[in-house]
Amino acid sequence: MSVDILMPALSPTMEEGTLSKWLKKEGDKISSGDIIAEIETDKATMEVEAVDEGVLAKILVAEGTEGVKVNAVIAVLAEDGEDAGDVKPKSNGAAAPAKSDAEPVAKEEKPKPPSDAEAAPAAPVLSDPSIPEGTSFTDTTVRDALRDAMAEEMRRDETVFVMGEEVAEYQGAYKVTRELLQEFGARRVVDTPITEHGFAGLGVGAAFGGLKPIVEFMTFNFAMQAIDQIINSAAKTLYMSGGQMGCSIVFRGPNGAASRVGAQHSQDYASWYGHIPGLKVIAPYDAADAKGLLKAAIRDPNPVVFLEHELLYGTSFPVPDLEDHILPIGKAAVKRVGTDVTLVGYSRMVGFALQAAEELAEQGISAEVIDLRSIRPLDTATVIESVKKTNRLVTCEEGWRFMGIGAEICASVVSDAFDYLDAPPARVHQKDVPLPYAANLEAMSLPGVADIVAAARKVCYVDQE
Amino acid sequence: MATKPKGAKKAPSKASKAELLEFYRAMLLIRRFEEKAGQLYGMGKIAGFCHLYIGQEAVVTGMQACLKDRDQVITGYRDHGHMLACGLDPKGVMAELTGRSGGLSKGKGGSMHMFSREKNFFGGHGIVGAQVPLGTGLAFANKYKGGDNVSLAYFGDGAANQGQVYESFNMASLWDLPVVYVIENNQYAMGTSVARASAEVELYKRGISFEIEGEAVDGMDVLAVKEAGEKAVKYARSGKGPYILEMKTYRYRGHSMSDPAKYRKREEVDDIRTHHDPIEGLKGQIIEAGHATEDELKNIDKEIKGIVKDAADFSLESPEPDASELWTDVLREVEGV
Repeated sequence: MSVDILMPALSPTMEEGTLSKWLKKEGDKISSGDIIAEIETDKATMEVEAVDEGVLAKILVAEGTEGVKVNAVIAVLAEDGEDAGDVKPKSNGAAAPAKSDAEPVAKEEKPKPPSDAEAAPAAPVLSDPSIPEGTSFTDTTVRDALRDAMAEEMRRDETVFVMGEEVAEYQGAYKVTRELLQEFGARRVVDTPITEHGFAGLGVGAAFGGLKPIVEFMTFNFAMQAIDQIINSAAKTLYMSGGQMGCSIVFRGPNGAASRVGAQHSQDYASWYGHIPGLKVIAPYDAADAKGLLKAAIRDPNPVVFLEHELLYGTSFPVPDLEDHILPIGKAAVKRVGTDVTLVGYSRMVGFALQAAEELAEQGISAEVIDLRSIRPLDTATVIESVKKTNRLVTCEEGWRFMGIGAEICASVVSDAFDYLDAPPARVHQKDVPLPYAANLEAMSLPGVADIVAAARKVCYVDQE
Repeated sequence: MATKPKGAKKAPSKASKAELLEFYRAMLLIRRFEEKAGQLYGMGKIAGFCHLYIGQEAVVTGMQACLKDRDQVITGYRDHGHMLACGLDPKGVMAELTGRSGGLSKGKGGSMHMFSREKNFFGGHGIVGAQVPLGTGLAFANKYKGGDNVSLAYFGDGAANQGQVYESFNMASLWDLPVVYVIENNQYAMGTSVARASAEVELYKRGISFEIEGEAVDGMDVLAVKEAGEKAVKYARSGKGPYILEMKTYRYRGHSMSDPAKYRKREEVDDIRTHHDPIEGLKGQIIEAGHATEDELKNIDKEIKGIVKDAADFSLESPEPDASELWTDVLREVEGV
């Protein structure tokens, strides 16, 4: 009986990878535990161990092949006594290449950026008057845009340093700090012990002492251990000192739901930090904003909570080729112009809102999409201006509804544009439960494109309940 | 102390006349200031939480004498003594206690939240233990910038059981940060004695598993404090890393103004006041050595009372902050972005 060797999933969010190297060749005898291949994900290069014993009968995916889907058959193992020449793969594995000299699958990271689908060349600069006309753009992942922002600011200002778990030698748990250690050295790229409360407080103290720390939390879930220092020490001290004690610090890291990591590792903290006077809170969607706003956050003399999204790290967007691309904090961006309903979101939900707008357009509904970009300060003026035109509002957030960002936006719109509303605003959000692990329940819990489409149809009175 | 702490050092008497008299003045200023603050609290002029430092004056006075100008100090909420020792204006401190515009934080901080960039006093922090990572961060900045500045992080026996203290110890030792941790063990964390809260009551040993040197010091003796402080500060300044000093001290008043201190016997307090008072002890040494007469010391007392009276008068005359101050200092303006 031959055994299929499948492309393994090497992280919770991995959907495909590059088969970078075979360490065994056809005809080699293999024992379980042998390293047979190296696979490169967007985060790391990992070794693949053999589970079963036998002879490597056929290699089906050549080394160097990119975009090999998880669970594709990459090789076949013949068991002892079997004729290696006869074995065939048993399963076709959803995305298994049909022949051994497999053509690389088209490189396409998920989730697919919907702005690509729009394909309008003007799309990336739709509402960024700060980007000069004629500027060229380079497709860059959110991950690299964030890294570039830090590197540029570290080159510019000697007092900027980055600290956190695995930021230096490991090159970042999500590779956002990749190669910073090589360029700036261990003095300015500081690996910390696993000690969030301690290093967050140490960072605030260093900011009091005149440095500009970038504190990376491996995810914002772990920052709950440190939230006292973020709120009580970083956010409040300027006020309590009558203006003497500034605290220029950035707390950054992935926020919100990842994929199948369960309730403790999947939470959107936008409304938690958005509640606090003395903090600025940023939650960008695309790579250009991630870069321009992180640079602004690092230069800002106040404490800034910078909420990234793990599921966007690998997504590419056009980033302007500017020497110093920096954006003002507190300005929303109109990502798509429409007339019938306003969809407001931040972070990953902006992508869903753009996809929803596309579907709605096919149904004859013209949706305007606003990317908040900044949670505090919150650009309610841009939202209200839009609602005055569309007369309908749908808020989109990955967090829970109760006391959420959507609630705040709805309250502002009802307060300042009540007479313009033609329908009660609708909120799209995570279900009011801790995020479940099971795939079906997780999908039910998280908000997506269909929820936004349904909410938009409802406020447009297309669907009656 | 009711019992002499184990490992406590016997004070040497090689200090100069000028130094002894300066310690006397400094401790007396704190004592009289705090007595006045207590009085103003009783009159309803100071509100909220107010934690008096009476009894512990030798600790901050002796430690301050070990510092250079650019060294930094940070502490918790029992902080008036530290402010005065760092040279903050008594008028500004008292006016902050009364919540007036002339206060060091314009009346917006209160008893637990005062700062001085100029004097390198970094607060004044109300969350028990939070100042320990902050002080460690100041030391991180010192090392990052080069130079030989040292930060002093004060905390109490209560804070010594907070997890973030040990997170800080670990990083400070791992990275050889120039910080001296001064544990002011006044025997009670609010109403809970050290023995009731700590598995290891010798708090100077708390750094052992982080390879941080520590020693216990008679915190009621300003000269003993200074001697230990000099050694610790020198150690940190030379780049060897952090150092822990456990000051065995005592607070005479309750934890805060609303604490009747029923958890200890009156006799215990009286015994310390009678036999171990830091100011009376130093006064005896000064007179015995012939550095000053009883009358000369009375004159110092009179002068201090004048300073404190002026501070109290100022704190009551200074107007409440203007309503516009409600909205200032929440965020700094962004320049040139």
